[in-house]
Order: sequence, then C-alpha cells, then structure tokens
Amino acid sequence: MAIKVRIPTPLQKLTNGQSEVECSATNVLELVDALEKDYPGMKERLSDGGKIRRFINIYVNEEDIRFANKEETAIKDGDNVSIVPAIAGGREQYL
Amino acid sequence: MIMKTYVKSLRCVECGREYKIEPIYVCEFCFGPLEVTYDYERIKLDMTRQKIESRPHNMWRYRELLPIDGDPVTGFDTGYTPLMRARNLARAWGVREIYLKDDSVNHPTLSFKDRVVAVAVTKAKEFGFDTVACASTGNLANSVAAQSARAGMKRFIFTPADLELSKTINSLVYHPNLVMVDGNYDEVNRLCSEVANKYHWAFVNINIRPFYGEGSKSLGFEVAEQLGWKTPHNIVVPNASGSLMTKIWKSFKELEKLGLVPPVKTRVFAAQATGCNPIVTAIKEDSDVIKPVKPRTIAKSLAIGNPADGYYAARVTKDTGGYGEDSTDQEIVDAMKLLAETEGVFAETAGGVTVSAAKKLVESGRISKDETLVICITGNGLKTTEAIVDHLLRPAPIRPNIEAFEELLKKLQ
Repeated sequence: MAIKVRIPTPLQKLTNGQSEVECSATNVLELVDALEKDYPGMKERLSDGGKIRRFINIYVNEEDIRFANKEETAIKDGDNVSIVPAIAGGREQYL
Repeated sequence: MIMKTYVKSLRCVECGREYKIEPIYVCEFCFGPLEVTYDYERIKLDMTRQKIESRPHNMWRYRELLPIDGDPVTGFDTGYTPLMRARNLARAWGVREIYLKDDSVNHPTLSFKDRVVAVAVTKAKEFGFDTVACASTGNLANSVAAQSARAGMKRFIFTPADLELSKTINSLVYHPNLVMVDGNYDEVNRLCSEVANKYHWAFVNINIRPFYGEGSKSLGFEVAEQLGWKTPHNIVVPNASGSLMTKIWKSFKELEKLGLVPPVKTRVFAAQATGCNPIVTAIKEDSDVIKPVKPRTIAKSLAIGNPADGYYAARVTKDTGGYGEDSTDQEIVDAMKLLAETEGVFAETAGGVTVSAAKKLVESGRISKDETLVICITGNGLKTTEAIVDHLLRPAPIRPNIEAFEELLKKLQ
C-alpha cells in the first residue's frame, strides 16, 4: 500500500488536476523528491533549500510535521499525507 | 485633489515575488503573505518634517507612507491620539520616562482598529468595491460598521452567533448587515474566505489585508513625531495576529530610511495573555515555529490561537533585542486598575495585558529603568466592562444625612 498524498487545489495543475496521488518515500524530504519525479515543479512549490516552505503545512496521519520531526518525519506505506497551504480558509488569525 | 501615489507593488514577504496592486493577499507561488512596497526615493524628496507638521492632526499626515492613491474617504479624525507622559506609573515602577500611546480614545470607535479600517475602506473604494465586510467579534467589527456607514458603502459583518449582546450592540447600532453564524470563529472565517472568493466584496482583513495592515504604521509614526522625531528606547505592544507589532517596527524603520528620525535602536516587546500566548512562547523558547494554542483568556481581543504574523512578530523582538511577556487574567485586571488609578486611562483588557507585560519586563530588568518606555494602549475599557465588573467593589449606600456620611468617611480614612 503506497502513501496517499492529498494535493491542495492551487497545486493540482501540477498533478494533472488530481486531488490525491500516490507515491513511495520514507520521510518528508524523500516524499517531496518523489513527487517532483512524477510531477515536475512540485519540489520548488513545497520546499526551498531543503526546508519545507513556511506557509505550507504538511500533515502525516493528521499530525503537523512541525511538531514531529519536520523534514525528517518518517513516513511508511499506508500513511496519509496532506499538503495544506497555510491560508486555506478558517483562519482565526484574521482579527 | 489627486495625490500622486508612491506605492510600487505587492511583494511576497517570504519569497519576494512581486505582484501588481490588486485586492490579493497571498503569494500564488509560496502562499506567503503579500506586503505593500513603496518608492522610498521619491517619498524622501516629498516628505519632510515641516510638511508633515503642517497637516491636520490625523493619521493621514503620513499619507505618502500609506497605500492609497487619491484622497482618503474616511478617518479624517482618526489617529494623532495622545502620547501621554505617565509620571505616576513611572514613579510607581521607578522608571525615568514612560509614555502611553492612547488609542483608547481613537475616533470613531475607540480602538486602534480605526486606523487600519480607514485605509481599508478608502482602498476598497479605490478598487471599485461597493461592499465592505469583515469577520470579527470586537473592535474590528465596530470600526468597519461605523466607517463604512459614514463612507456610504454597503457593509456585512460576520460574527459567531453566540457573541455577547453588549458586543453585538456595539456594531449593530450602525445598521450593518449583521450575519450571525452558527459556528465557532474558525468556521466564520472559513465562510468569509469563500464569500470573499465568490462575491466581489472587500473583506478588510482578507483580500484587502495587505493595505489594511499598513494603517497600523500610523501609530508608530505618531509616537516618533510626538517624541520630537525620535524613536523610543523601548516599546511594548499587545499581540493578537502579530501584525500591529510588525507594522510599528516597519514604521520606525521607514522614518529612519527617510532620514526623519536618527538611527533606530528601539527594543520591541510583545505582550500577550497567558491564556493565549503562542508568540510570547516562541520568543521565550527562541523558536521559529509558532505552536497554535486554544485561547482561554479574558483578553478576547487578543485571543488568536494561530497568529498569521506570529513568526514575523517573534522575529522583530529577536532582531531588536526585545522580548515578550504574558499575564494571567488576574494580572490583566490588576494592570487595568493600576493604569486607571495612576494615569486616569480606562483601557480594555488588551491594555491591561500590555501594562502588565511592561511591569514584568521592567522588574526583570529586560527594560531599563533609565530609558524611555512607550506602552501601546489599543482599546477602550468601556468595550470590555464584563472583564472588570466583578473586580470592582460597589459601596453600600448610606442614608441621606451627614452623620451617615461622616461615619463612612471615618471608615474610608
């Protein structure tokens, strides 16, 4: 069972309109490289100099990688990964 | 009279990509926030101290540094609030010089939000919007309701349905379209993002946000001008989203760039409530990641658990040699009372948060007692009376005769 990755609307033009794709990787950085291989252009949208961009949230099985192991956060087959731009609706910070 | 504009572009704070001036707020490439950029070279030629000083006493005296093209449509009496010398508070704390920047009397709705809304409403009109909107429970809603009414624009205020009656009244009186949403604040905001996308409305803190945010700079400009064209050694600012503090810092740096103040050495300090302190926590832990929290504090105007500008706010304190402090509900109330008793200023809970933080920072030595300290008071206490009502003792009535009074007087002395 591969890893399921949810792709946010603004990035779906890079994945031929798909909102969910599959790939293999053992950690977040590897996942970014794997996505780049299948969908060129993804890497520079998600990361900069080996670090995930500040306004991109990545969740591995609902956990924000910032509070796990960041780019080194482990991923295994069957895990669910979500990529969510930080501005995606419902931001209580708009006060 | 059409004023030439000094605004250059919108630029992503994270990746630097530039965009034309439009009602957009997010970088298409990296999803970072967009910020207004200016042609400082041209501004330097046109903006002198004398010119500023000759203008009316309102926020628009710094108009070259505010992101509008033509004349403002609102905010004609907004800003230029008092910078009060707080001698009693200073004496109580053993500090040489304390000033209060008193936005609790800002016009028209008694909070610093009148500044950002004045810019937002003006810019919305410039963009051709006929409807202004926001999601807010407090100061922002009041200001949008009032200023858009005066500017003759259609207006929609979105709030959670369980908002206290007193807060609802403070906006309802201006006759906006009030949309009460059966949901929590997160859900209200999510709805507003969708509405903003679908309808051509100016949501002041969503699609107009980069312009709106710039209005806060006027507070910083005024502090510098009112101190005699200098920036203070120390300034303490309450943090909700973190935006105000970053903009005050920006304002000082812009004045420095234009040669209007000497080199800026200000230390900037963040104030939050202990019940909602994600920015102060990041500062104290020297972390560049903001951990969202669930707010639980009487300081509702600062109750943002996931602050949009949190990272940048924490950076400002770090870069300037500042710090941050947070306070419990009791400390907040005590500070509100201290401010009122020493300086005659009735601040809302955010003001208590800021005064309490300043007290702690002075006591811990982070703020030197020999330096100038400015404390930002961002809203009026009449807006948050529920926070203080149980902490004030109402005296028992006396009979209407002088003997009864004199007996009371003996007890009071």
